[in-house]
Amino acid sequence: MKGITKNKLIELYVLMSRIRLVELKIEELYPQDEMKTPIHLCIGQEAIAAGVCANLSKDDYVFSTHRGHGHYIAKGGSLKAMIAELYGREMGCSKGRGGSMHLIDTSKGFMGCSSIVGGNIPIATGAALSFILNDQNKVSVVFFGDAASEEGVFYESMNFAALKKLPVVYVCENNFYSVYSHQSARQVNEHICMRPKAFDIPSYCVDGRNVVEVYLKSRKAIEDARGGKGPVFLECKVYRWRAHSGPGDPLKDSYRKLDELEEWMKKDPVKDFEEYLIKKGIINDKKAREIKEEINKDILEAFEFAKSSPLPDKTELMRYLFG
Amino acid sequence: MPWTKILIEKQEPFFDEHPDTNVRKLTVPESIRETLDQALAIDKRVFVMGQGVDDPAGMFGMTLDLHKKYGNKRVFDTPLSENALTGIATGAAITGMKPIYLHNRPDFLLLAMDQIVNHASKLSYIFGGNLKIPLVIIAVIGRGWGSGAQHSQSLHGLFMHVPGLRLVMPSTAYDAKGLLVASILDGNPVMFIEHRWLFKHKSYVPEELYAIPFGKGLVRRKGKDVTIVGVSYMVIEALRAAEELEKDGYEVEVIDVRTLRPLDEEIILDSVKKTGHLIITDTDWKTCGATSEIASIVAEKGVGYLKSPVKRISWPDIPVPTSYVLEEVFYPNKNDIIGAVKEILNK
Repeated sequence: MKGITKNKLIELYVLMSRIRLVELKIEELYPQDEMKTPIHLCIGQEAIAAGVCANLSKDDYVFSTHRGHGHYIAKGGSLKAMIAELYGREMGCSKGRGGSMHLIDTSKGFMGCSSIVGGNIPIATGAALSFILNDQNKVSVVFFGDAASEEGVFYESMNFAALKKLPVVYVCENNFYSVYSHQSARQVNEHICMRPKAFDIPSYCVDGRNVVEVYLKSRKAIEDARGGKGPVFLECKVYRWRAHSGPGDPLKDSYRKLDELEEWMKKDPVKDFEEYLIKKGIINDKKAREIKEEINKDILEAFEFAKSSPLPDKTELMRYLFG
Repeated sequence: MPWTKILIEKQEPFFDEHPDTNVRKLTVPESIRETLDQALAIDKRVFVMGQGVDDPAGMFGMTLDLHKKYGNKRVFDTPLSENALTGIATGAAITGMKPIYLHNRPDFLLLAMDQIVNHASKLSYIFGGNLKIPLVIIAVIGRGWGSGAQHSQSLHGLFMHVPGLRLVMPSTAYDAKGLLVASILDGNPVMFIEHRWLFKHKSYVPEELYAIPFGKGLVRRKGKDVTIVGVSYMVIEALRAAEELEKDGYEVEVIDVRTLRPLDEEIILDSVKKTGHLIITDTDWKTCGATSEIASIVAEKGVGYLKSPVKRISWPDIPVPTSYVLEEVFYPNKNDIIGAVKEILNK
């Protein structure tokens, strides 16, 4: 394929498979009620996290949201520490103080998730300001959903980033739903990528189910931001396959139609990409199986690690309030 | 870093009437400006931002012409977007920078509450200590001259409620410098709230950098009859009241809390133990404010010391009025304190 190496294609496949398989395992085990933290699964949205993060080094920063498992994994965050965090353990990435919505792995440049919609947009912008002040050739990337574009900080941050030409890439994952509320009930213009243009910010819209498209567009966005051209915006249209939070029936409470869900699910970003790679002879069935087996082994290890690691010490309730 | 050479203040400077008239005296804005200047000079991580920091007024003089010396990369004007700019400062802070974000008035901090309360104050805790937020937010209470309900608020009661924030309320130019140095060095989010009525006061301010530790209150005036705990500008009113009361033979002890989070409980309890009477005076609303918290602490830990009920002298629970006759009755002053002391001691 033009502009992308065979190894990179395999890397994207591994990243996406990893996210999918971790999410499926969390979904499977969640009813055991040992992960006592709200989960927001990103099944169906894997291509965005993988496609963007495959362009970043560990020195670049990524900021994320309540639906952040995929971004954490794609940026290279420790799987053991993530699962331990879901189990509320001391060995969790946030020492059991954060849970599913507050994952972090600073050693990999994954700088944390906020469960306030849009909350990390200015923080990511501020990290980019620091890169400029310190003459560092780094990029700050922030993921957020369609509803974040309804928040004031979305506009305030873009204005400032454009004003100071900051190396920040805004990645909007438009999955059309904020809990039960469809985008059409909340916004006049469905194309969120139109709005950054008011700040003279280059903006692109891509199919968020197509990992190659996401990879190539975000590569340009990241290169431009790193090259001093200022912020870049990427809207990735995608669909939330699962409920807003937790496992269970995605059609519960009838806020959306089966037709709509099925229409979007016809295109499975992970499975379709696997078929594509096999068809092109980049991997074969055996290789695909081996990759998934390897990932599943990691996942089992991570869950075993999490379940067997200690809970936080109750006497340390107050710890970490101040740094 | 050169910061390691900073002296930790141990002396007890006397109010602002330093006995030696030859010492250098500065106003609060001059003191803040000097501190910012020195911090910018010795630490590349420090930068100063805020609406109008590089304008001809220079934030009441606190930032005057600093941009000319350090350039507009390190001292810069901002859009009015208070919430995003607080997040932006936080984002720079997590990378190790030391942003200082100035506001003309605390009223505008309400626009930034999400980033202050949901983010800056919580990131260290929710990420298990993986992030540090060395962020200083400065705001100046704009009392008076008909500034009205949205330009005169103090609001430190709101911030005092939130775990994860330091809350600093200096009452002299000496403290302004020492506490600002401590704020920059602290490595956590600091709300540094000044009072415009203190800006004309001059006090002794050493040229070299020194840090006043958080959570160390100060006995500004010793006395045995009654304890007055003051916050920010009300410390000055309390000292004025104490001077007048002295003429009538009352010995009033005045304590300046200096920082509300952390709060020096010991200095308050020790004093109440000695005097048996407590008046708390603040530049903020009464309900759920600093006065309520201090009264609660004394009720919990020192109720046995009290020979009379605690008195609180602070704002009535209404928006700040505009007309000067209403302002006059709204704001408590030394006469209210004198009245309260006499009421307690003449029983």
